[in-house]
Amino acid sequence: MQEMLLTFPKGGVHPSESKSLSEHLAIETLPIPEEVDILLQQHFGAPCKPLVDKKAKVREGDLIGEVAGGLGASIHASVTGTVKGIGASTNPVSITSASVTIQTDRDAPPRSYTIEDWRSLPPEELRKKVKAAGIVGIGGAGFPTHVKLSPPPEAKVDVLIINGVECEPYLTTDHRLMLEHPEDIIEGAKIILAMLGIKECRIGIEANKMDAVEALRKAAADKASDSFKVFVDALKVKYPQGSEKQLIESITKRRVPGFGLPFDVGVIVQNVGTTKALYEAVALNKPLYEKVITLTGKGISRPANLKVRIGTRLSDIVSYLGGTTADLARIVMGGPMMGFPVSTLDVPVTKTTSGVLFLTEEEIDSRAHSQCIRCGWCLDACPMGLQPNEIGVYVEAGRAQDTAKFGLFECFECGCCAFVCPAKRPLVQFIRLAKLKAKR
Amino acid sequence: MTVKEAELWSVAVSPHVKSHESVEKIMWTVVACLMPSLILSIFVFGFQTLIITAVSVGSCLATEAISQKCLRRPVTIKDGSAVITGVLLAYVIPPGVPYWMPVLGGVIAVFVTKQLMGGIGYNIFNPALIGRAFLVATYPVAMTSAWLPPLRDASIFKYMAPGVDAVSTATPLYVLKHYGLDTLIEKFGSLSTMYGNFFIGLRPGCIGETSVLLLMLGGLYLMYKGYITWHIPVSVFASVAFFTWIFGGEEFFTGNPLLAILSGGVPLGAIYMATDYVTSPNQKTGQILFGIGVGALTVLIRLKGGYPEGVAYAILLMNSLTPALDGWFKPKRFAPAKGAVK
Repeated sequence: MQEMLLTFPKGGVHPSESKSLSEHLAIETLPIPEEVDILLQQHFGAPCKPLVDKKAKVREGDLIGEVAGGLGASIHASVTGTVKGIGASTNPVSITSASVTIQTDRDAPPRSYTIEDWRSLPPEELRKKVKAAGIVGIGGAGFPTHVKLSPPPEAKVDVLIINGVECEPYLTTDHRLMLEHPEDIIEGAKIILAMLGIKECRIGIEANKMDAVEALRKAAADKASDSFKVFVDALKVKYPQGSEKQLIESITKRRVPGFGLPFDVGVIVQNVGTTKALYEAVALNKPLYEKVITLTGKGISRPANLKVRIGTRLSDIVSYLGGTTADLARIVMGGPMMGFPVSTLDVPVTKTTSGVLFLTEEEIDSRAHSQCIRCGWCLDACPMGLQPNEIGVYVEAGRAQDTAKFGLFECFECGCCAFVCPAKRPLVQFIRLAKLKAKR
Repeated sequence: MTVKEAELWSVAVSPHVKSHESVEKIMWTVVACLMPSLILSIFVFGFQTLIITAVSVGSCLATEAISQKCLRRPVTIKDGSAVITGVLLAYVIPPGVPYWMPVLGGVIAVFVTKQLMGGIGYNIFNPALIGRAFLVATYPVAMTSAWLPPLRDASIFKYMAPGVDAVSTATPLYVLKHYGLDTLIEKFGSLSTMYGNFFIGLRPGCIGETSVLLLMLGGLYLMYKGYITWHIPVSVFASVAFFTWIFGGEEFFTGNPLLAILSGGVPLGAIYMATDYVTSPNQKTGQILFGIGVGALTVLIRLKGGYPEGVAYAILLMNSLTPALDGWFKPKRFAPAKGAVK
């Protein structure tokens, strides 16, 4: 019998999945590049202060950047070598930002890690390990994980949700991680449960990855020797199923209020990639300095799921994969619905890079936009019940400051409105403009 | 780090993939769904329906292009919206009018109703219906009497022959209003023949309004494509049927709802005009109220007004309520914060 797929009720769209380019490709490891540019801000919060000087020798896994105070996460060397310089590198979002460039020592032996038993450690010790390893939410926002896993005592968290939805088209990073490392993810989930002092974990996966659902169910059953309850829920394929608020509603039927956080409704959400990184941080004492990313799209010679060191430049990855095709039109870091395009291949991989898309003209849609025809499709597509059409018309009319009433600040820019718009209106762009000008 | 401009890739705000739908695709699909009725009209009323429709479309396209040039806007005649206006305008005028008449209607529809209001998406009223209303006001005789009886043979050029004056007839709703149901049935032989003819489209009426069958097939296809939803058409049909049933007979609750739907412009109006994106509400509740309003006003005009048919004015009146309906029925927000601006 077909199992009941969970989903969220309002809005959502069905873009072409385009995952077949890379979903069957096993994770391969990129040879260590000659140089890496490690950005000193890869997370939500304050940038790190560099702890090394020029010409310093560093080993892979060494702490090289730390936040002086406030919210942030530590940064580690991803290769063994010599610090070539501390300066500015191309940043995928803010054009340039402070970075540490390390020249790799090719002869250095790789660092090895041994498994430790974490079960005897108190939650405080576990959190310290997560903080020391520089773990952040690597699914997207880069929120420091040790902070997320320290909810205030008044928050009554009772469910941990592991996000294995990967609803963005093209991306197959989480899919491969779930297929190839299901035990690590289950173990990571149990570490988080131990930290939070709760018993129930639900792993949400879209039903286009039933092999991953099966793999995690099997791993959860094999490891079902303790009091932790780990369930795997298959979810309906609908974008943005993996958005935190939508995923929480799909699985628990609870709604996180505007400007609220998941723990307001008793939930903590972690991405599967973060969960695996957290497992390595706690069980292996391994800092977060490498990650799996998807390189795909019709504009790259050979699509792949690659394990790369943080700081690897896209140019090194592209040459390893045999270069780009002649009809490459746009390079996007992240998924096609919410990712940001980059203008150059000098950009380094950060902790939050989930993939890089090489899209051809045929895959993107760069037709000029026209006036709003008031079809209302964006209203049906918006998972937050907002009015993107009105925000767009107001922005065009020079009244961006008056758009809060359409729910502007509840928008998380999933792009469903602009995806369905038959007039091809850049609604997300209008919304970002409005957010700059309107008052909450 | 400096990079030569030629080495930079172009960037744009997300999303980077978009659906394959477009304004052009929607508009041309609607045009295609309207075409079977045009072909039928040639065999029912003669070849001049094609000429009138072509003149109307030509007038709308020319008006759109010239007014956009004059208003210094991009010329967008390829998007198909002016073509729809042209086709719909021809569909709501009688088949025996002079060929120049739709030219005037097209200018009013596209220039005054649409372009002067700001172009596509900014018009308050349905352009084709304003065009018709203008023609009814300026040429009332032609617009209310140039009806033709359906051709009984394949002589589609019959009414075009020189010297043959239009063989005027009356629409079913006119007969119904002034002579009663029995006279109407008499004209068709029997009640079942009459319903059959109405359903297929073999009756006097405006050029494109007669075939309930073909209009509904096109409407079903538009629903299948997701271009329109059932909310407006079904609520218009239900409302016309309901209010006719109550008030349409000699006594309360004795009206003939089926006849009310089949005999006039309700199918064309409900499926192709009341569903116009720009001039109808975009939330489901607002759409249902809009449809009920169109139906109620149609019945009111038919039963109490001076005209035998009221769909066009009913839709135009409800068009003016659309901004209010959109203001009253907004999407339900996910879970707005306490104190969030609403």
